[in-house]
Amino acid sequence: MTRRLGWLTLIALVALALTAGMAAAQKTLNGAGATFPYPVYARWAAAYAAQTGVKLNYQSIGSGGGIAQIKAKTVDFGASDAPLTKQELDEIGLIQWPMIMGGVVPVLNIPGMAPGQLKLTPTLLADMFLGEVTKWNDPRVAEVNPGVKLPDLAVTVVHRADGSGTTWIFTNYLDKVSPAWHTRVGTAKAVSWPVGVGGKGNEGVAAYVQRIKGSLGYVEYAYCLQNKMTYAKLQNAAGNFVDPTSESFQAAAANADWKDAPGFYLVLTNQPGADSWPITGASFILFYKSQTNMVKAKAVLSFWAWCYANGQKMAEDLDYVPMPKAVVDLVETSWRADILAGGQAVWK
Amino acid sequence: MQRRVHTRAQALAESTFHGTALTCAVFVLVAMVAIFAELVRNSHLSLAKFGWGFLTSAAWNPVTGDYGAASSIFGTLVSTAIALLIAVPLSLAIALFLVEMAHPRVARPVGYAIELLAAIPSIIYGMWGLFVLAPFMADHVQPYLQRVFGNLPLFSGPPMGIGMLSAGLVLALMVLPFITAVVRDIFALVPTVMKEAGYGMGATTWEVTRKVTLRHGMRGVLGGVFLGLGRAIGETMAVTFVIGNDHRIAASLFASGNTISSTLANEFTEASQPLYLSALVELGLILFVITFLIQIAAQLWLKRMSRRLGTDK
Repeated sequence: MTRRLGWLTLIALVALALTAGMAAAQKTLNGAGATFPYPVYARWAAAYAAQTGVKLNYQSIGSGGGIAQIKAKTVDFGASDAPLTKQELDEIGLIQWPMIMGGVVPVLNIPGMAPGQLKLTPTLLADMFLGEVTKWNDPRVAEVNPGVKLPDLAVTVVHRADGSGTTWIFTNYLDKVSPAWHTRVGTAKAVSWPVGVGGKGNEGVAAYVQRIKGSLGYVEYAYCLQNKMTYAKLQNAAGNFVDPTSESFQAAAANADWKDAPGFYLVLTNQPGADSWPITGASFILFYKSQTNMVKAKAVLSFWAWCYANGQKMAEDLDYVPMPKAVVDLVETSWRADILAGGQAVWK
Repeated sequence: MQRRVHTRAQALAESTFHGTALTCAVFVLVAMVAIFAELVRNSHLSLAKFGWGFLTSAAWNPVTGDYGAASSIFGTLVSTAIALLIAVPLSLAIALFLVEMAHPRVARPVGYAIELLAAIPSIIYGMWGLFVLAPFMADHVQPYLQRVFGNLPLFSGPPMGIGMLSAGLVLALMVLPFITAVVRDIFALVPTVMKEAGYGMGATTWEVTRKVTLRHGMRGVLGGVFLGLGRAIGETMAVTFVIGNDHRIAASLFASGNTISSTLANEFTEASQPLYLSALVELGLILFVITFLIQIAAQLWLKRMSRRLGTDK
């Protein structure tokens, strides 16, 4: 008797779960991709769901996975840390737009060194990651750091072991500032590192840097802040040594020329401007130009429009940099022009 | 005579049971062949481009699209070898102690503790390796080894705490409970009569252990070792945490390296070019084949062993 009751309860529960799932499906937006913006997307989604009841199901499986999923049309939108080129977008029929920005920061572990005390030039940073500068007391390091006590310690490079948008932004920067890096390594989400050890994820790199004396790595700004890591000042395109702060990321974004970037293909590394942080990057959303379901397409765009309009504070709380108003206007203009469902503009 | 009389219902049940069991058994085979076929199918790009050279090339450059498996194969074999070199003698000693020497009041809690160790998820071992073992290795073990062994290339390079040796140690700790648990059960199964006969002839505990218990349980011991080997060779997360994840073949045990499964865990999510993905799948294929070959070698060796022991008697 009790057994039969158990079965009945189970069946009832399953039925309940199924109907609940069906009801939710109409109010759920599905996306997949980049891990870097996941915390802020999750925060936005929670706030949006509380206000409108529309839920976001975002799988942070990595940019590569996001591109694969949108190609396979298993998700409503994809997300990628590295922008797709105009040609790549056109091949699949996608539109992309920048959603959020962040910075990549060189972090190091030299006993007794305070955050921001050490200065690095672009060439020096590249040469360390190339394995050309192997000691912290190398004359070339001393030259830009007069008065700073530099130990006789080997430089141990720490890089990402997994493919990552962070690596893409970082190598893109080194590629721009160092001809040697350009010929020997190049830009990609995973590269053939000349030297060093690999940590999995930002947290892996952060852990290795904190562990190994004399190490030099790179992490997302938020990880540098949260782990109170020792970062290096970096010389920007204008020749100034700057600290990684929300302001210096904003400065880099403000000087970016989004208007003349076809398909929003713009990389924010090494931007001009006296206060610009040189290793800044944006994270992108990928969406089909030709939509089959008007209601669904509108729901997705409404969510992102709401985030642009209401999400700045939440983004800043999590140490991200929101997109400037001028860029948001450009994005919404491109929505109006390019996204169609059954020949009708989705966004008006 | 009575037993052979079946009702029709019994016969039906019997044939249904037979059919179900057969289906399940065949399913295992089908699944294995299907996995193999799928791995080959998805790695055809890489197979066609690199051929056999994939096995010997140490290149791994996603920018230029040049891939090779040598560093991953090397790391997989070396880390597993270190793990077994440490874990097998220790497991044998622990199992012998538990079965032959320890008082039940000691043996039982120790036995439970070992079984509990086997149930700890591998990610916990990985985190322990990174946050506890690695600093200890960097501050104490590695400088000590360098002092004692001087300039041996095996122990050269900066003592970072992470790398091949630490990965091997973590793996050793992970496979230890598996091997110990199996070997202990095997030793416990050795007939008491045989052991008592040994003691009756005036043999010491060590002699009985070596000539009776170990010899009688050889097959089972090997089985336990291969179970450990199987776990070590495919272990992913724990290794990824401590091995340093670098596509390089280094002579030093302190240097970072990688294994097939750590490479897959690290790079699968962001591999967007078809050739990159294909090369990763081919790595999976290689791991599949390596495990398969080890199984075959183990079976052959066991067969030879039992034949030799059989004639020895």
